[in-house]
Amino acid sequence: MTDALSSTEAPSPLVDPDERRGGTGTTRFVLTKLAEALASLILVVILGFLLFRMIPGDPVLTMTRNRPTSPALLAELRARMGVDKPILTQFFDYVRGLLRGDMGTSYILQRPVADLIAERAWPTILLVGSATLLAVALGLWLGVRAAWKRGSFFDRAHTGIALTLWSVPQFWLGLLLLVASNGLFPSRGMHSPDAAPDFLSQTLDVAHHLVLPCVTLLVVFYAQYMLVMRSSLLGEMNSEYLTTARAKGLREDLVRRRHAVPNALLPTVTLVFLQFGMVVSGSVSVEAVFSWPGLGQLTYDALHGPDLPVLQGVFVVLAGAVVVMNLLAELLYRVLDPRVRAA
Amino acid sequence: MSTPVSSPRAIVWQRRRAAVAKIWREFASNKGGLIGLGFLAVIVVLAVLAPVITDESGLDVTKATGGPLRPPSGEFPLGTDVDGRSVLLMTFWGARVSLLVGFSATVLSVLIGTVIGVAAAHFGGWLSALLLRFTDFFLVLPSLVLAIALSAVLPQGISTIILAVGITSWPTTARLVRAQTLTIESLPYIERSKALGGGHLHIVGKHVLPGVMPLVLANTTLVVGNSIIAESTLSFLGVGDPTEVSWGSMLSTALTTGAVTRGAWWYLLPPGLAIVVIVLSFTLVGRALETVLNPRLRGEHS
Repeated sequence: MTDALSSTEAPSPLVDPDERRGGTGTTRFVLTKLAEALASLILVVILGFLLFRMIPGDPVLTMTRNRPTSPALLAELRARMGVDKPILTQFFDYVRGLLRGDMGTSYILQRPVADLIAERAWPTILLVGSATLLAVALGLWLGVRAAWKRGSFFDRAHTGIALTLWSVPQFWLGLLLLVASNGLFPSRGMHSPDAAPDFLSQTLDVAHHLVLPCVTLLVVFYAQYMLVMRSSLLGEMNSEYLTTARAKGLREDLVRRRHAVPNALLPTVTLVFLQFGMVVSGSVSVEAVFSWPGLGQLTYDALHGPDLPVLQGVFVVLAGAVVVMNLLAELLYRVLDPRVRAA
Repeated sequence: MSTPVSSPRAIVWQRRRAAVAKIWREFASNKGGLIGLGFLAVIVVLAVLAPVITDESGLDVTKATGGPLRPPSGEFPLGTDVDGRSVLLMTFWGARVSLLVGFSATVLSVLIGTVIGVAAAHFGGWLSALLLRFTDFFLVLPSLVLAIALSAVLPQGISTIILAVGITSWPTTARLVRAQTLTIESLPYIERSKALGGGHLHIVGKHVLPGVMPLVLANTTLVVGNSIIAESTLSFLGVGDPTEVSWGSMLSTALTTGAVTRGAWWYLLPPGLAIVVIVLSFTLVGRALETVLNPRLRGEHS
């Protein structure tokens, strides 16, 4: 949420001007990016540890606040979480566990955190994936139309709507949709208990549940894609190749579709990957509103425990996923834009 | 400029006044920015005056006078909440928390961002490279998830929210400040200053910071809007002080106490609309300032 709205210009963080100068080969570029991503992953792992262990205060006391405890119970919990060992030993235990896919045991649900995350990941991927696809499609379409008729009523109206929607907190929009839909769509969860067991009914049932959370995410996120597509296309509008295309007699919509849009598309396509962290953040509050059984709901429940092992696991997994997505964005940009490759 | 000016200090101040007047004239020509500024002025004045013009005891659950979840009426223009408190009064007082957290978190975030941004551009070498990587790392992290993790380990309360929002939102400022510092430091007058023996402190304090500040200011207004949304989201998720009335906590209780399922729209609309209005106002002012202060954007954005 805190990412910049100010970046309604085309996003440039992908290629730093200082990096572009190097003129290095593709292999070296890929290796550098892989090394950087690896360093980021290591940083995620360290941060995940520091966040939950080095903060002043005892994690066990934090978890048991608002609960009856006894010294014996506290000592047992400390031993189980390993917080009674020296800090370096704790860190190596934690890293060794991560490498084996072991992220500790949930304090409240009493199940391995890794299993919890694995079973909650699919609903989140389904929700975030479908919302992103729709948001990109809608954002690109509106952005192209707004930029092509710059200053028109359509442009001004849609830029205004997008800016307003951008200022709307997702969870509030979700609550409003809940009230407004008035039972038309299911408001909680992902499955109805009374749906028929065959594949088609199950799919339809999930889709039915998906409508409200997906629309909530979509409405807030398409704005970013639209504004970036708009300013990216505006940047191409005065290019000479468009004059050439017009001079050879191409129809206006062909000039737009075949010449201007493909070039303007690049920043937006990579934005999809760069925005991944923000979409994930957004899904946490939306899942909390609609009780969508994904990672966001898991985080929400864990926060109320507070169930620190679960929060730690979710943080490491989501931050790690974002680092990987970011790596993909940088590699994809290189593949898609020959100008960067040649530089 | 007809009056003869004697001291160099007076000349500097005269120039500064002229520059501010010019910026104001350009800002005033932006309709959206002016509307946003007007809304903000009204909201800030109302929030500051809340203890004077309303009675705080109406927020006390034990002294609530209305029935639970009553729709708007003459006595309660925006209806009542689950405990029978006036929604209008709660929205009124919620502005104080939202503004307080929004501004404090922004100060923290802009401070961290400016220090790291200037350092990443000014010192060069491995330190810059390291700071840049660090910034990029935080830029892509899912900030809400990080903020939730922070708030889970820190004690509940407003200061935790401020800290969580401030610590997760600085990277965009750092990026911006770094780019602007690089631009300024490539100008010849910095070289002159270095040749005359200006140290790091002198160059950064006298030349870089004054040059960077206008853009930081424009960016700050955008950060405030983001901070307010982040604050309300964290309060909604239940991180904040449960006894403190804020827009996020109002919406949180709306969900957990069943006001939503009972269709109590009068309880949902006021805090949400308040957030939208205040964030949109900050965004409009920020974009207007950006257009005025950032010459590169001029003419490109309508």
